[in-house]
Amino acid sequence: MNIYRAHVLVCGGTGCTSSGSAAVQEEFEKQLKENNLENEVKLVQTGCFGLCALGPVVVVYPEGAFYSKVKAEDVKEIVEEHLLKGRIVKRLLYKETVDEDTIKSLNDTAFYAKQKRVALRNCGVINPENIDEYIAVDGYQALAKALTEMTREEVIQVIKDSGLRGRGGGGFPTGMKWDFTYKAEGDQKYVCCNADEGDPGAFMDRSVLEGDPHAVIEAMAIAGYAVGADQGYIYIRAEYPIAVERLKIAIGQAREYGLLGKDIFGTGFNFDLDIRLGAGAFVCGEETALLTSIEGKRGEPRPRPPFPAIKGLWGKPTLLNNVETYANIAQIILKGADWFASMGTEKSKGTKVFALGGKINNTGLVEIPMGTTLREIIEEIGGGIPNGKKFKAAQTGGPSGGCIPASLIDTPIDYDSLISIGSMMGSGGLIVMDEDNCMVDIAKFFLEFTVDESCGKCAPCRIGTKRLLEILTKITDGKGTMEDLDRLESLCYAIKSSALCGLGQTAPNPVLSTLRYFRDEYEAHVKDKKCPAHVCKALAQYKINPEKCRGCSLCSRQCPVGAISGEIKSPFVIDQNKCIKCGACQAACKFGAIDKE
Amino acid sequence: MKSLAELQEIRNRALNQVNLRKERADGIRVVVGMATCGIAAGARPVLNAFVREVEARNLTDVMVTQTGCIGMCRLEPIVEVYVPGQEKVTYVHMTEDKVARVVAEHIINNRPVTEYTVGSETK
Repeated sequence: MNIYRAHVLVCGGTGCTSSGSAAVQEEFEKQLKENNLENEVKLVQTGCFGLCALGPVVVVYPEGAFYSKVKAEDVKEIVEEHLLKGRIVKRLLYKETVDEDTIKSLNDTAFYAKQKRVALRNCGVINPENIDEYIAVDGYQALAKALTEMTREEVIQVIKDSGLRGRGGGGFPTGMKWDFTYKAEGDQKYVCCNADEGDPGAFMDRSVLEGDPHAVIEAMAIAGYAVGADQGYIYIRAEYPIAVERLKIAIGQAREYGLLGKDIFGTGFNFDLDIRLGAGAFVCGEETALLTSIEGKRGEPRPRPPFPAIKGLWGKPTLLNNVETYANIAQIILKGADWFASMGTEKSKGTKVFALGGKINNTGLVEIPMGTTLREIIEEIGGGIPNGKKFKAAQTGGPSGGCIPASLIDTPIDYDSLISIGSMMGSGGLIVMDEDNCMVDIAKFFLEFTVDESCGKCAPCRIGTKRLLEILTKITDGKGTMEDLDRLESLCYAIKSSALCGLGQTAPNPVLSTLRYFRDEYEAHVKDKKCPAHVCKALAQYKINPEKCRGCSLCSRQCPVGAISGEIKSPFVIDQNKCIKCGACQAACKFGAIDKE
Repeated sequence: MKSLAELQEIRNRALNQVNLRKERADGIRVVVGMATCGIAAGARPVLNAFVREVEARNLTDVMVTQTGCIGMCRLEPIVEVYVPGQEKVTYVHMTEDKVARVVAEHIINNRPVTEYTVGSETK
């Protein structure tokens, strides 16, 4: 085997791919060849490092130099300076890692220091398309241990003892689910993986599958052994092409090595996996709808019970877990239940991955021990709010969750404390909002999403969410009344208690939580006909400040509807009846004389 | 896969592929001067010889890396060995042939090869 003195890791996650990492990798290939380094330096494509805002990311070992925002033009310099002459190109380093003259370890930077990577342990470390690298970092050891040293009951007991709860959002104890499926009677059982990550702004599962697909495959095989299934399905959305491709490669390699298939490790245990592609319907993330979709039918939920553990895929007992849940399994088997239970809070053990987005400096993927406060996530790991703005709220759980206002920023993040403040863990999207976000508008945004994604099977969800959206639109248009607020609230509770599946039952959450914490904003829209954040167009007013206006007429020439008039060299005026609030005048004014109110 | 031994074999074989990427705080560092002067004097074969030797002896906590010009260009190729808690040792006029001895005596047995060091050269 060829020995390399340096490794160049280029992130091939979706975030970095969209900022051009493929071109960077190609350039590395070319430059390494030109400098005759291809036998000395190894080029590796990896999964997500987490700091998507700084992509494309390139890390060079053994120094561990973390280059950010690398462009193809920069590659020549890295190769000639760093790889050939050993001089790290400081101008391209992630600025936090540069400390005076030495480079700091990435783990000492604010972004990584508070993180604990369990589910993401191999993302950005190994090449996801090479099973050997996964095996080198103890891959498939847990499967070997489970099959050769543990009984099925012991495996389930370890998962139970670890306190692992479902990472897809519900937070149901994973070990219990395994136990139910194990105890269910049936000639055939299935193990399924929910990789239908649909929350706007969430991309944890995608990153795990892109960066460490074997971790999920190994865990599903362990689950198959524990519950007595010999066939598994990964249900993944077709919108994740990179993840699908890497999964296919990984399954192929695992089969080739006999880690999937017949008589694994000579124990007589058979297990194989197939991929099922989803067409991107949000409701298919709901477990019964997902299983229905795997069966080839229209993805619609059905009432529970019976739960999938009793009657799932094709009416057979089926275990369904989320990608991130599976990503923890092998580590728990290898390191033990106590190790896992030592992380986190009393009722929420381990770590959780969050996709950090919105008004935050370090957009990306973070994994933190349960119980970390929102303040630590936003101010330390996330690097704070851009442009010196003030933190207003964070939305967790996407369209099923709720918002956490600034006053509760010290809330420890775990399943139960989030529920108690009217939000939920969800799958892990965390959208940060600043003072420029209108909370009514945010609620409306999520309702638009659920109205679109409602499957239409049950009336409360199909009709109820539509009505909710109409009331919200009325309010943001400045036509709402105080009675509308009451109606909004009672309709929310009606939908919550009567919808068929999780989608409908949680759809009112964004409305309820914004009503709870930002009622004053709703009232400002209704009573004062004002949007405090100046977001809602219908309520906005552009006004010319006569003291600043020089009467240059530039704005009136920009106005597409001729709403601005006046005499040269004296203040101009906007006719509010004609104004369509496009903002063109404000953008054109050189004196900052036009205010949006 | 029919046995654990098979898995272990693949693991051992593949370990070298990823070992380089581990964070090592307390390992020995071998730093080869790879500025223009070093490269001209033949530092690259020396660097590669160190990588091969470290690999062949399965020294997992030794990191071989490069650095720029140290300033004594006439003594290149220069190699510095940092053992944690000890004074660094600077080897000069290194060649591929000298590498095996430095690894065996200094890195493994912690006895610097005095005759190759800068001290004996400038005496």
